[in-house]
Amino acid sequence: MKFGVIRFPGTCDDVDAQLAAQRVGDAELLWHRDRDLKGVDAVIVPGGFSYGDYLRAGAIARFAPVMEEVVDFAQEGGLVLGICNGFQILCEAGLLPGALLINDHLKFVFRQVELDVVDAMTPFTRECPPKLSIPVKHTTGRYYSPSPVQVVLRYAPGHNPNGSQDDIAGVVNNAGNVFGLMPHPEHAVDLLTGSADGLRIFESIRTAVGERVKVDL
Amino acid sequence: MSAGAQPRYRELGLTDSEYELIVEGLGREPGDVELAMLSLMWSEHCAYKHSKKLLRRLPVDGPHVLVGPGENAGAVDAGNGIAIAFKVESHNHPSAVEPFQGAATGVGGILRDIFAVGARPIAVLDSLRFGEPADSQRSRYLLEHAVAGIGHYGNSIGVPTVGGEIYFEPSYEQNCLINAMAVGMAPHSRLTSAAAAGPGNILILFGALTGRDGIGGASVLASAELGNGDDAKRPTVQIGDPFAEKKLMECSLELLDRELLASLQDLGAAGLTSSASEMASKGEVGLDIDITKVPLREADMEPFDIMISESQERMLCVVEPGKVEAVLKVCEHWDILATAIGTVTRRPIFRILRGDEVIGELPVPLLVDDCPLYDLEPQAPTAPLYEGGDQRIATDATPADTLLALLASANISSRRPVFEQYDPVVQSRTVRRPGQADAAVLALPVLDVSSAAGGSPVPAIAISIDGNGRRVAVDPRAGAAEAVYECAANLACVGALPLGLTNCLNFGNPEKPHVAWQLSEAIDGLAQACRDLEVPVVGGNVSLYNESPDGPILPTPVVGMVGKLPDARRAAWLGFADPGHKIALVGGFHPSRDGSELAKLQGSAPAGALPAKDVAEIRATHQQVRDGVNSGAFLSAHDIAEGGIAVALAECVVACGIGARVTLPAGLDLFGEDFGTGFIVSGTAEDLAGLEVIGEVGGEALEIGGVLDLPISGLTEAHASGLADLLR
Repeated sequence: MKFGVIRFPGTCDDVDAQLAAQRVGDAELLWHRDRDLKGVDAVIVPGGFSYGDYLRAGAIARFAPVMEEVVDFAQEGGLVLGICNGFQILCEAGLLPGALLINDHLKFVFRQVELDVVDAMTPFTRECPPKLSIPVKHTTGRYYSPSPVQVVLRYAPGHNPNGSQDDIAGVVNNAGNVFGLMPHPEHAVDLLTGSADGLRIFESIRTAVGERVKVDL
Repeated sequence: MSAGAQPRYRELGLTDSEYELIVEGLGREPGDVELAMLSLMWSEHCAYKHSKKLLRRLPVDGPHVLVGPGENAGAVDAGNGIAIAFKVESHNHPSAVEPFQGAATGVGGILRDIFAVGARPIAVLDSLRFGEPADSQRSRYLLEHAVAGIGHYGNSIGVPTVGGEIYFEPSYEQNCLINAMAVGMAPHSRLTSAAAAGPGNILILFGALTGRDGIGGASVLASAELGNGDDAKRPTVQIGDPFAEKKLMECSLELLDRELLASLQDLGAAGLTSSASEMASKGEVGLDIDITKVPLREADMEPFDIMISESQERMLCVVEPGKVEAVLKVCEHWDILATAIGTVTRRPIFRILRGDEVIGELPVPLLVDDCPLYDLEPQAPTAPLYEGGDQRIATDATPADTLLALLASANISSRRPVFEQYDPVVQSRTVRRPGQADAAVLALPVLDVSSAAGGSPVPAIAISIDGNGRRVAVDPRAGAAEAVYECAANLACVGALPLGLTNCLNFGNPEKPHVAWQLSEAIDGLAQACRDLEVPVVGGNVSLYNESPDGPILPTPVVGMVGKLPDARRAAWLGFADPGHKIALVGGFHPSRDGSELAKLQGSAPAGALPAKDVAEIRATHQQVRDGVNSGAFLSAHDIAEGGIAVALAECVVACGIGARVTLPAGLDLFGEDFGTGFIVSGTAEDLAGLEVIGEVGGEALEIGGVLDLPISGLTEAHASGLADLLR
């Protein structure tokens, strides 16, 4: 299968996401100005500071030409994974409910956190064990939604790094094909660099895409 | 000149005799734009006029050196055709005036130095000094905002901040130190010189617009003492834009990958003036620059504004005429404004044009080489330069209470509240993060499935940055040498052999004899220690005039070192691995109390004598630690530094959450200090056979036989509280 990783100017974790995805399949970078997803099977909107994020995080990126294609892809049922800034962008684009607010302590935080997988039936978590250890790194990661949402990941008790509502770390849309999370699974794909738990999310996507192809045939 | 005012050249920081030399060299009085350019190029910051002669004492050659001092950054060979470029630089005075932007642009500036030589930045470290935080609202403010500024820039540009150090001493109250080190990686073939070449080639300025920010920063801020009324200097501090620099970095690296550039240079202190004249000087050519071509952020800028603006996120490159179009196309892809502003000429003359009109015409050697170099007049002080501070630990406190107080002290307590504000993992190379080991460890190959934990060896580099002004104040020569030994010791703890060193020399006003003495002695100490350990100096920076009305800062040479290790999988940890493992003391550790953290907290001034060093023993010890780590025998390794062996043991316990039972050699001082000589290592009984085993890992407490017995929770709480409480 092939992942597409969106690169906006100011994206920082694009190559990391590409390297992580390449552990389970092919992956190529997609440029923000191109209205072309190049036939990929799943899209990753990676972390970083798209267009500098000097306005609200993700508020400009949602208007990028490539995002029109991502919205169409998602509406047709394609799998879309938004990590950190990617999560913020997907919320801004209306593909996911809720919003990410400035951390309750008002500072950037990097921390290895424990996560509880509260929904292991999604295409993004079906290969995941009940608990994951994955780092977070953000200033704007406090999830808030005024209405009920489909929660996939929660920070384990005592691990909420930003004051997120109900310890929410990751959510899916109603259709279940768009997933956003603040932790960085692409930075947890090798024991040598701290943890390999994040790899399970990429493996889940590969499994889900594989099954979907079978169904389509 | 109005009546009563002093001559313009003096306002710009030039002395009467320097001005006479300029008039003599030119054969005429300089015009406005020429005088502005000369005053900056002849400032301490650009010309190193008080330090250049001393710096010649440092060893710069070694088998691994690819690029020595003189380029934007030095570089060493890390094997397999990989070059590692690195440099440390200060941004002290801007940060004292505006800490967030000062620190942020310090990081931005050092990153540009790295990609200017063709290397992709892979790591940032920083070395910070502030006044006593418990007493000073100002110090807490400077710390909070400087840390936020460093994080803002490094996090946003996608370069991990992997290490650093922070110390608090009263002498830094008015004059904080912000030193940033960057490390980059490149294939040997991509290393690029800043030397302009090829008369007829085109000079292209690319990146941000040129504005009025930072006008005169090098002379006004960097080359004079701080004093009252510094708020008025705030407009001379530049504003950083990490998003612009991220694009500029990607664009520059793509231009080099496509082999489109003849040379590349960043714009830093003194802006276009310094960058262009250094390019011309290195290439032994001249340049014509037309200031009407320079894209401006605001109208009505004077020619000298344009030539000396320190607007950030700009680069200058030399391009063959046939490649200009391709260069502009790459810049357009990255939304980077690029403009041809001049040409390379044969005669070594730097001409400033306004359209067809010549408004400045300066010989390049006059700008770059002819600034007079001054001999210092060093004189050892006869009376102590620094006083003791408040007493914070009673001299009759029990060993347990003393250890807890040291762990909770500003200089020793956990740095987590600071390093949690930095991204240490972006770029997927970080094998040891801050707090996990004595040095950062970065894998060199791209990690993939095959290089995961079970696969083949992963070659890596290790990086550390160290300095301790208190010990240099006790003895500038021995204290500066200790910084080198300690930095190498930190690398040894992860199994790394030093390849090269960069330094930032932060001192007071060198025109004062006792500061000159500190500087001269410290450079001698650095030079000796570099020779002792065979570590060449590949670049660095000097920051002088770090004084306030209260006096000079502690003499603070900061040393950054890069080493290589054969297999990152075996890099030892700070904390012990498993209960049941043995703990050994390695090395000739000869602690004393003078200049120690405990002496400071008991109210003593930095005075006395530092422990003598046996260089052969230090070399052998470092080799023994590297061998033990690389063979897999030592699973943890930690050098003994501030707070002595008791603090070192407590740090190992706190890092892993497992206790230890230790019996120290008779007569060994629990809290005395010696740097770069002693190590705490752990491993299995078989692997530690033959070493001086002092105890065993296990239990819920740190027990030092007959002296103290403290639960892990108490140690952890003390260690975690110190800095966190101050920042709250």
